[in-house]
Amino acid sequence: MNVIIIGAGPAGCEAAFRLANEGIQVDLIEKENSTGGNLNNWYQLFPDRKSAKDLNTILSNHLQHPHIRLHLNTEATDITREENGKTSVQLSDGALLTGDALLLATGFKLFEAQRKEEYGYGIYENVITSVNLENKFINHQITMRSGALPQRIGFIHCVGSRDEKICNYHCSKLCCITAVKQAIETRELLPEAEIICFYMDMRMFGPGYEEMYRKAQEKYNIKFIRGRLSEASENQNKQIIIKAEDTLIGKPLRMTLDLLVLMVGMEASEGSQKAASQLHLTQAPSGFIQPADPHYGNNRTNQEGVFIAGCCSAPMNLTDTLADARSAANTISEWLNRNTQH
Amino acid sequence: MYYDNFVLPFTIGINILLIYLVVKYARWIRTFSKSDKRLIWKGMFSVKTFKAIKEVFLECLVHHKIYRTNPFLGYMHMCFGLGWFLLIIMGKIESTVYHTTAFNPPYFAIFFRFFHPANETFPYSNVFAFLMDLILLFILSGLLLAFTKRIYSKALGLKKTTNHRPFDLLILTVLWLIFPLRFLAESFTSGIRGGGSFLTHTAGDFFSRFLPLDTLSYPAWWAYSSVLGLFFILLPFSRYMHIPTEIVYIFLKNWGVKQGKEFNAFSNIQLYSCSRCGICIDRCQLNTSLGMQDTQPVYFLKKIRHHRDYSVQTENCLMCGRCEAACPVDLKLNALRLSKRQDRTRITKDTYSYIQPGPNGESKVAYFAGCMGHLTPSVIRSMQYLFKQAHVDYTFIDEQKGICCGRPLLLSGNRSAATVIMEKNKAAIEASGATLLVTSCPICYKTFKEDYQLNIPVMHHSEYIHMLIKNRHLSPRQAEYTTVFHNPCELGRGANVYTAPESVLKAVSHKIAIRYDSKNSLCCGGSLANIHITAPQRTTIATDTVNAYAAYNPDYIVTACPLCKKTFTKKSSAIPIKDIAEIVAENC
Amino acid sequence: MNFWGYSISEARVIDYDKNDKSLATCLAQNAPSSKLCIGCGGCTATCTAGNLTEFNIRKLQMLVKRGENNEIRQQLHKCMLCGKCTLVCPRGVDTRKMILTLIDYLHRQSL
Repeated sequence: MNVIIIGAGPAGCEAAFRLANEGIQVDLIEKENSTGGNLNNWYQLFPDRKSAKDLNTILSNHLQHPHIRLHLNTEATDITREENGKTSVQLSDGALLTGDALLLATGFKLFEAQRKEEYGYGIYENVITSVNLENKFINHQITMRSGALPQRIGFIHCVGSRDEKICNYHCSKLCCITAVKQAIETRELLPEAEIICFYMDMRMFGPGYEEMYRKAQEKYNIKFIRGRLSEASENQNKQIIIKAEDTLIGKPLRMTLDLLVLMVGMEASEGSQKAASQLHLTQAPSGFIQPADPHYGNNRTNQEGVFIAGCCSAPMNLTDTLADARSAANTISEWLNRNTQH
Repeated sequence: MYYDNFVLPFTIGINILLIYLVVKYARWIRTFSKSDKRLIWKGMFSVKTFKAIKEVFLECLVHHKIYRTNPFLGYMHMCFGLGWFLLIIMGKIESTVYHTTAFNPPYFAIFFRFFHPANETFPYSNVFAFLMDLILLFILSGLLLAFTKRIYSKALGLKKTTNHRPFDLLILTVLWLIFPLRFLAESFTSGIRGGGSFLTHTAGDFFSRFLPLDTLSYPAWWAYSSVLGLFFILLPFSRYMHIPTEIVYIFLKNWGVKQGKEFNAFSNIQLYSCSRCGICIDRCQLNTSLGMQDTQPVYFLKKIRHHRDYSVQTENCLMCGRCEAACPVDLKLNALRLSKRQDRTRITKDTYSYIQPGPNGESKVAYFAGCMGHLTPSVIRSMQYLFKQAHVDYTFIDEQKGICCGRPLLLSGNRSAATVIMEKNKAAIEASGATLLVTSCPICYKTFKEDYQLNIPVMHHSEYIHMLIKNRHLSPRQAEYTTVFHNPCELGRGANVYTAPESVLKAVSHKIAIRYDSKNSLCCGGSLANIHITAPQRTTIATDTVNAYAAYNPDYIVTACPLCKKTFTKKSSAIPIKDIAEIVAENC
Repeated sequence: MNFWGYSISEARVIDYDKNDKSLATCLAQNAPSSKLCIGCGGCTATCTAGNLTEFNIRKLQMLVKRGENNEIRQQLHKCMLCGKCTLVCPRGVDTRKMILTLIDYLHRQSL
């Protein structure tokens, strides 16, 4: 029995490891030259501030398993379902794999912040994304482009999420807590700076998240303003002038910031889109792959033998992604056992 | 004396029609404003009349505009228009040559074959007979096309043909019967007495083999006269009112009468001039993208004419002007639609009192980004860069406080409020000391140019860049990439700016010629003029439009309007969408 | 009125039971996208009139939805209908349609 997994991010790695432990042969395909996917862009994780790198190491160490064959720098160019229920995957290196089951762990793609032109990413030098900021954390240094230390930093929630103007109706779920986490980390690097989050709703859905939000206010003196940014402009000093409404007061608000951080949302990755169209998988309006059933079939798709794990089905935090990967491994091994008995 | 009782239906019909038309047009024109009446008097005895006659010939008879949109449809209309006209003229000449006096009753020429004994020849009688048969054949071929179009509209390249009322179908049948009946009457007579030419003579011979022509020919003439009379009596109540009204419209239009802000008698003349050809239906993106098939001008005007509720139609229009650009009758469809939108604002002395003129600029060039321009900062950035590159001293007049130009209010029908804003803006612009106003927004541009009557020239940034390049203040290089140009509705069809942006784009990139160039440009769907469709419906139009341009596989889709850019970029597109200013700035 | 030294002024509460919600119903019918508002304030942030005056389109439509119709009489005519709010609204509310519906209501009332 063998399973092909596309995508060696956290979901793909975890599922591969669990399946291999069950004695199942796994081919893990990754288009990049290392495993870990989007996790490579992160410095610390919420809510416990664990190092992303450490987790990545654990996940990749698990792949040293005799049952796992890792194909790095390899793309799945063509995926087809065979008559006998197997799935064959054509790889960019020319190899053709055939698996008893296919697991898509194609993850997510970050929203391209340039598409919100009025926020000025790519136009104003001191507008950055949450991913750019994680990179700054890795280097333990937050500066403006000029090299100066920012005095006032604004975090804008829901950039590329919950926005009809860019046809993304869904909530990316994690940006709220990421903003809180990043605001705290920023505070640690810049004790004097003023740090303000602009939100539409605070969605603190996970265990310990609401507590982290409280701590951000109480201990780290992060300010929260309920209002959505309408547009940003730049002044002579390359500072960013933002316009929002302070909705809880009911007045428009204008503010000068040294650094504007856009909390970019999650979109269905190109890999997910491609797999969905090649395998005729049902997609949600947001583009993510729709599970067969949200409760009891969360890892199954409308195609028998094709399974999903992690963010290819919806935005998920790391905790849920890993749990989803284990659940997928479990679902697949059950399915394989049932099928081979016949 | 050439007379027979069967000419009565025709004679009565044509007289009733003529009296009706004279009374109707006189009553309309009487309500015209003094200035319009003066225009008519002045225009009547000028060269404009000749221009009008030429246009009547080209539009009402040859239908060359329809021909250009759709050759089949053009030919069909030409068969009826030009064919019938030639039949009347040629018949008149023939009867005059025969009778040697011009003063014979109108019916004499129409029913010439009945009155004229076939054995009696006159100069060129064979030639006349041949020509008359040829023209009749010409008309009958058009009739065949018309019949086909009714049944299979798609066969003639029309996706959708106009839906008509039962009454319209009745008069359509009457019209369609006229020429076959003439053909039968003339053939039957020829079959008995001879005469006619290749068509009627041959048919007469053929019919005489198996039909009792002696008993059939006289009733056939009665039938022919009756359908003619019936057609003339029904005409004023049908869409065929466009035949005489269009002629009146063309003359009035050439003499300088314009569709004003109110719906008036001139609007009514336009209403009755609509031939309901249906060309506007396929041009309208509300139809092609959203499947809305009740709001196009043909239906809007029909509803007004027949006193149906047209409130939804009044609001549901992008005012992109695509229909107007293709309308064979050249009706002012946007102005007509706008004239039906109601002014609902209440004006007091402190309306918009918060609008205060800003500090005076020092520069000669005033740059106005417009409300929407502030949401596309890369356009502003590019313009600022180009000003710098060309060493132009300019003031960014709406950098801090942007005031609306007033056109959005105008487009919603609220003219009085728009006027207040315009007056305030006009005063501010004129007090600024600038000698040139440059704007990035075509919506602002159109209204600055048309409604403000400023004492300084106004340019859209595409025109301004064009001027800078021409005067060698800017010398951009030609990039390797290919582009297609989306001319914004308000800039192209709205303000007649076509050449400037196109030549700029040709200078800085490899512009691909597309079928949507100049007048045929599409609408992005973001139009402020439509106050009916929903946001997702706008996205659908935008996606279809982007896909239409993307089909040419350009490296960039280029526009010249912040609103178009914002609307296009709602859905992520594989081909980047840029403003013309960005493209030029990249290559300077 | 004065009872034992206390004066009774008009209550500050939104009296949802008594308020006239016919305009709210009319708004929901004629500009159904207004129901999508989540009160993010993007419209007011970008609004020229909102930056120069008391005019606050987010608040006005919210008040109308609760049957508090008085404020629109004082404020509504400040809108220039420029459509920037429509262009920033993350919920795709047709704010111009919403305002035109309210203008229409005031117009009918004044007749």
